[in-house]
Amino acid sequence: MRYLPLTDTDREDMLARIGVADVDALFSDVPADKLLKAPVDLPRARGELEVERIMAKMSARNVAASSVPFFVGAGAYKHHVPATVDHLIQRSEFLTSYTPYQPEIAQGTLQYLFEFQTQVAALTGMEVANASMYDGSTGTGEAVLMAHRVTKRKKAVLSGGLHPHYAQVVRTLSEMANDQVVTMPPDVAAGEDILSRIDDETSCVVVQNPDVFGNLRDLRPIAAKAHAHGALLIAVFTEVVSLGAIVPPGAQDADIVVGEGQSIGNALNFGGPYVGLFAAKSKYIRQMPGRLCGETVDAAGQRGFVLTLSTREQHIRRDKATSNICTNSGLCCLAFTIHMTLLGQAGLERLAEVNHANAVALADALAAVRGVTVLNESFFNEFTVKLPRPAAEVVEALAAKGILGGVPVSRLLPQAGLDDLLLVASTEVNTNEDRAAFVAALAEVL
Amino acid sequence: MLNRQGRPTQGTVSAHEPHATFTGNRALQQIEPLIFEIGHPETTGVDIDAPAPFKSRLGAHARKGEIGLPGLSEPEAMRHYVRLSQKNYGIDTGLFPLGSCTMKHNARLNEKTARMPGFSDVHPLQPVSTVPGALEVMLELSRYLMTLTGMPAVALSPKAGAHGEACGMMAIKAAIAAKGEGATRNVVLVPESAHGTNPATAALIGFSVRSVPARPDGTVAVEDVKALLGPDIAAIMLTNPNTCGIFEPQIVEIAAAMHEAGAYFYCDGANFNAIVGKARPGDLGVDAMHINLHKTFSTPHGGGGPGSGPVVLSERLAPFAPVPFIHVEGGSARLVENAADAPEGNQPFGRMTAFHGQMGMYVRALTYMLSHGSDGMKQASEDAVLNANYIRAGLSDLMSLPFPDHPSMHEALFDDEWLKGTGVTTLDFAKAMIDEGYHPMTVYFPLVVHGAMLIEPTESESKASLDLFIATLRDLAMAAKGNDKERFTGAPHHAPLRRLDETRAARQPVLKWVPPAPLAEAAE
Repeated sequence: MRYLPLTDTDREDMLARIGVADVDALFSDVPADKLLKAPVDLPRARGELEVERIMAKMSARNVAASSVPFFVGAGAYKHHVPATVDHLIQRSEFLTSYTPYQPEIAQGTLQYLFEFQTQVAALTGMEVANASMYDGSTGTGEAVLMAHRVTKRKKAVLSGGLHPHYAQVVRTLSEMANDQVVTMPPDVAAGEDILSRIDDETSCVVVQNPDVFGNLRDLRPIAAKAHAHGALLIAVFTEVVSLGAIVPPGAQDADIVVGEGQSIGNALNFGGPYVGLFAAKSKYIRQMPGRLCGETVDAAGQRGFVLTLSTREQHIRRDKATSNICTNSGLCCLAFTIHMTLLGQAGLERLAEVNHANAVALADALAAVRGVTVLNESFFNEFTVKLPRPAAEVVEALAAKGILGGVPVSRLLPQAGLDDLLLVASTEVNTNEDRAAFVAALAEVL
Repeated sequence: MLNRQGRPTQGTVSAHEPHATFTGNRALQQIEPLIFEIGHPETTGVDIDAPAPFKSRLGAHARKGEIGLPGLSEPEAMRHYVRLSQKNYGIDTGLFPLGSCTMKHNARLNEKTARMPGFSDVHPLQPVSTVPGALEVMLELSRYLMTLTGMPAVALSPKAGAHGEACGMMAIKAAIAAKGEGATRNVVLVPESAHGTNPATAALIGFSVRSVPARPDGTVAVEDVKALLGPDIAAIMLTNPNTCGIFEPQIVEIAAAMHEAGAYFYCDGANFNAIVGKARPGDLGVDAMHINLHKTFSTPHGGGGPGSGPVVLSERLAPFAPVPFIHVEGGSARLVENAADAPEGNQPFGRMTAFHGQMGMYVRALTYMLSHGSDGMKQASEDAVLNANYIRAGLSDLMSLPFPDHPSMHEALFDDEWLKGTGVTTLDFAKAMIDEGYHPMTVYFPLVVHGAMLIEPTESESKASLDLFIATLRDLAMAAKGNDKERFTGAPHHAPLRRLDETRAARQPVLKWVPPAPLAEAAE
């Protein structure tokens, strides 16, 4: 019990000072018959060495992405994170601080939140950004609720190219709030007729770019049609590195932009923690969910930063708040900010270029395998291939050969009859050898 | 004169004003510009080789314009963020007595295990056959949480406490709908003293909110709840121990009354750390309760996140748990990712997040629990409660207690009655604590208490640390009562910045850096 500083003598002295006989006297409001008489049925305290061994044993049972040729994406991506990032986020004053309620001794957190907001606004081409959401999927759910508040309408139209898990999160949240959601069928070829689904009752259209199948989309006609009907365009991305290479959603007249920031600064972590990016046109700031950091001055006229516009939030508005959120992904957005600062514009553009180049090389190599067809016209670092066998079987066969070869579409959309499709992602971590091993193994298992 | 650590105390405040410096810096306290003011778009702190020539497949979607992101070289970035970190107070800096936030020691073993490649470097959608260890972590964590709460099921995926609240209330909504009462049972009772997330959560998922008054002793009375019950009541959201730091004495009766009326009992588990190993929510009649892994089981708060908010569920709500979840049958565990694959009898209400939740936090929390063990977790709760009551005993002759009739659990609540006539507010008092080297306590919460000061020391503090803290607060309290007003209204005097103008930030929101106008333009 190395984490507990009190000694038994301390405890006795303190009980005497409080004026009670034993510690259970302080639990006197707990009904006596509900107070546990013995410790619960779990193992007793263990030392650091033993705990480390137990955890290492469990860790060793998993196949780490870095240990194999790795091509899995669909919303989370394996990238290289500079060592500086993890070192800095482990500094005690960042790691062990709380929400910056006392700005005079939280300027470190507040300044990086302000830097983060500025970076996200620049990347997305939008006017304002918040200080991060839990992740891209929950951010998308919040964006839809925000569009309902802005338009005072309750019908969201979701593209068939939206990540199916994101669509499920939106549906769960919206339908619980008794709102309506129209989900377009899966759209492998990015040819869906989403424009015809926009009408005067539509609050928002949610379109992912690059979409879940990897296709690059032109958002401008969708924005125009949505705006003509008084609806908002919510642009979603799951691979933020793509913004180093493609036209940003802000330049395509999106009203709200939301996405996953895991790729920059953050590890895969089996799905979390991640960091949600959220930006909008500035006329909507008072309807935005989540936390905002703003610039101000102190009593001596020095520039400083504070959490602001809290009158939108649950601790003031309670059941009228813009969301129930009372936290953000602080440390993950710090990792994002540091990595993005190390990259800068030049580094991000180069990183995006390498990602795209590796994906193009992989697509060409896979297309040369007998029976394999690459379905995308255009893509960034992820694309869809059609296989002559069920993709789920192929992925398992590849895994048995030590290659993690992508995500079967059937894992995301089990009922869609798309069992022969495989999503394949490639980033800067993939080497020529990785690619050659993948292609050779695929040719063998097909 | 020496302080309690044997160091001289004379002359720290009033003896001399320091010389103004030419730079505005004060030795280790340095003014740090924004990256946008010191970086350049062409500067980068990473080395990435150019790819071999290739044919772009971006088509017409290629970006043409500038992004407007400055870069810093690696040494510049290191220095920038180290300097920023030095402007922050953390639990490793000193006592962080934020009530209801539970700022306890963050063991670095937890950081070490979370970074093991089998946990940090695995993808949520890589073949399930390649991640048996990750599923084992989720199963073990579930077993620990169910054992500690006495509840039969747990939904792991919610990403924070408030997200967990939403998950629990969605399960309740789904259960009500399954009984065919979806149209009529749509009101949720929330005590006045509740955290703002409770009413916000209920409203978010389509319930209307009705307030339950707080009794003068800071607790909720079963009669007040019963008076509000009817066929329209879906649930109550009650925090226990509550936000006044009191264990609700009538909780069992309140749960029974809810169940009798065909409604559910949602317990906000934000303060579960006070009773871990001492009492089990399942024994109290709870139907759903979120657990803030970051508070109760110590994962670092990281400046406000990430959190993790698993929800334990009663037998009645278990079938409605969202996907994904792990199903155990015949000794083997299976990951259920889609509703269609759910075992018979399960009707998942949907999905809370894209993947499986906060694996990084699961590993940290499980590491913490393995380290403490059942005996250590019980001892931690007892020590947290003991420490809170020790502070209360040490200050209650100088500072006023709004609810003296109940023992405090893990946090001691004071009000500002004792500051009347001094001209010093709760906020002023908090800011003066900064000058003494402490993070202030939670102020102005809970809302039911005027000028509230909520102090939660946690079990991590030694008796010596508590003695020094009590002595400091006593000195400050005496100063407040002794007309030393300037010490408070001008505070903090010694922080990197003086008091910040929050009104200005809200009235004229500046939410991102904007490049200064060129001189010619500025002159116009």
